[in-house]
Amino acid sequence: MFIGAIGCEPLQLARVHLENSRTLDVYRKNDGYEALKKALTSMSPDDVINEVKKSALRGRGGAGFPTGMKWSFVPKDSPKPKYVVCNADESEPGTFKDRYLMELDPHMLIEGMLIAAYALGAKTNYIYTRGEYRYLIEIMDVALDEARAAGLLGNNILGTDFSSEVYTHTGAGAYICGEETALLSSLEGFRGHPRMKPPFPAVSGLYASPTVVNNVETLTAVPDIIKMGGEAYQKLGTEKSGGTKLWSVSGHVNRPGVYELPMGYDDMEKFIMEDCGGMIGGKQLKAVIPGGSSVYIMRADQIIGKDVRMDYEGLVAGGSSVGSGGFIVMDETVDVFESTKNLTEFYKHESCGWCTPCREGTDWLVKVFKRIDAGGGRLEDAQLMLDLCDNIEGKSFCPLGDAAAWPIQSAIKRFPEDFKKHLVESVKEQVVA
Amino acid sequence: MSTQPIQIQPLSQPVDIGGPATFSPEVEKEIDGHLEKYPVTRSAILPLMFIVQRERGYLDPPGVAYLANRLKLRITDIWEVATFYSMLNTEPVGKFHIQICKTLSCKIMGEPGITEHVCNRLGIKPGETTADGKFTVSLVECLGSCGTAPMFQVNFDYHENLTKEKVDQILDSLT
Repeated sequence: MFIGAIGCEPLQLARVHLENSRTLDVYRKNDGYEALKKALTSMSPDDVINEVKKSALRGRGGAGFPTGMKWSFVPKDSPKPKYVVCNADESEPGTFKDRYLMELDPHMLIEGMLIAAYALGAKTNYIYTRGEYRYLIEIMDVALDEARAAGLLGNNILGTDFSSEVYTHTGAGAYICGEETALLSSLEGFRGHPRMKPPFPAVSGLYASPTVVNNVETLTAVPDIIKMGGEAYQKLGTEKSGGTKLWSVSGHVNRPGVYELPMGYDDMEKFIMEDCGGMIGGKQLKAVIPGGSSVYIMRADQIIGKDVRMDYEGLVAGGSSVGSGGFIVMDETVDVFESTKNLTEFYKHESCGWCTPCREGTDWLVKVFKRIDAGGGRLEDAQLMLDLCDNIEGKSFCPLGDAAAWPIQSAIKRFPEDFKKHLVESVKEQVVA
Repeated sequence: MSTQPIQIQPLSQPVDIGGPATFSPEVEKEIDGHLEKYPVTRSAILPLMFIVQRERGYLDPPGVAYLANRLKLRITDIWEVATFYSMLNTEPVGKFHIQICKTLSCKIMGEPGITEHVCNRLGIKPGETTADGKFTVSLVECLGSCGTAPMFQVNFDYHENLTKEKVDQILDSLT
């Protein structure tokens, strides 16, 4: 599997190829914790937030919300303790970037969290890691111990009067806990049900205190922003999408992996066909899901010759979105009816059950897929699925419902031939029988 | 109208579970370490459940009673959480829990062949445990190894870029 940068100097992946990259020693020899030192000794918390605002860094978990703005929502005068929570619940199908950041460069995450904690005045911080990533929790615990022993974590960090602690926390197998309010419910020891927003976590989050929840990739971008300044970081990308972005690439390409690209990389066709080594066995490209399973699926003819720019605006213009940056590349052998059924089963399994449209809707959708498979389909079933999606999208309690509806809506609209084939076969079986 | 008195059946009989589970001083210390991380005791519920599961094989009634005592919660609070998360087992599982990722990237990169091979070798279907209690096979959703598909997780260990030969080697090494 490939891991590295294309089209830019590696930032987030700058150290991953060094020997013992996860040790404090190697991290410090490569400018590690310099950004924290700079922030603590020469910047006020507001300066830090301003630099992050200038960087045009947008949340890398999937929603793409501007990070600096999220931080600025935390009330400064609140008497309650404040928390920074790192969302390492990476569970979006097709996404596997945070894993390598934590495995290969854990101190970068700790440094990013401490800078965020300084900016927000947080004394206690948690890394919520999905339960399956147990080995990463062990790696992070070792790194935290190293940092603590070196005076980089705990009381009077780097000899200043800033004190802050970071702890690891384990999830236990629930995709919904990647949604920030569900993550907080889970961290408080409850079922991972999402909560009503507002109040947003910035005002009332963990233990009803001001809390910022950021993805691993978002927090690991922070040290570089502080080191080079927000403006310089923004210029690596585009005006509205600053910096670099990690893309996880899987499926039928010769060179799957984690790619760091400048935001606004031109273009998606070149990326798949050249950078990722092209299609396995020289087969034809059929479809790409570019942002983790929740985004619109794209047809090959929306990509080939279309100069789709790889940033938040470019992918929307191209007919999908950045999401979590998880590319699932599919060749001509893939049946989009089958691939969509697979994802619908995922959403049905992961719907937390809290709200009716998502709980019942995803279940009904799977039932429709199954009845088509079992030879009991009706010609209007594609329309029925679209109606069901319409009754989930925008009507569920949290974005999981939308995420379940979008892949189906886009698949039926963009690959009607695959759905038609299954429907006709299913109906034909009934006539012949 | 009938004048027969309505018979009220108790919902369930109280079961004697022989008291809450007990653990060695080392395990108790490990549990204390987790409790220290949080200002609110209940937050430690998931890490503690994994410890109980590791020590007792699954979340059995004495283990659950222990958690309720330790976290100062009701038994129902523990079950409520235990039944939500897919990695918490409320039934016994095999010594080696083979969790095969079945989500899209793994699916198109060869998961069906891997599942068939594992099941044929062990003589069980997904969701079942071998008679000797050694292996359980489950199909699970995305484990974040899409770039190294197909893959499965045995207990907490990731095995990636699987081929049938590699599966054989792994299964042979699990004793």
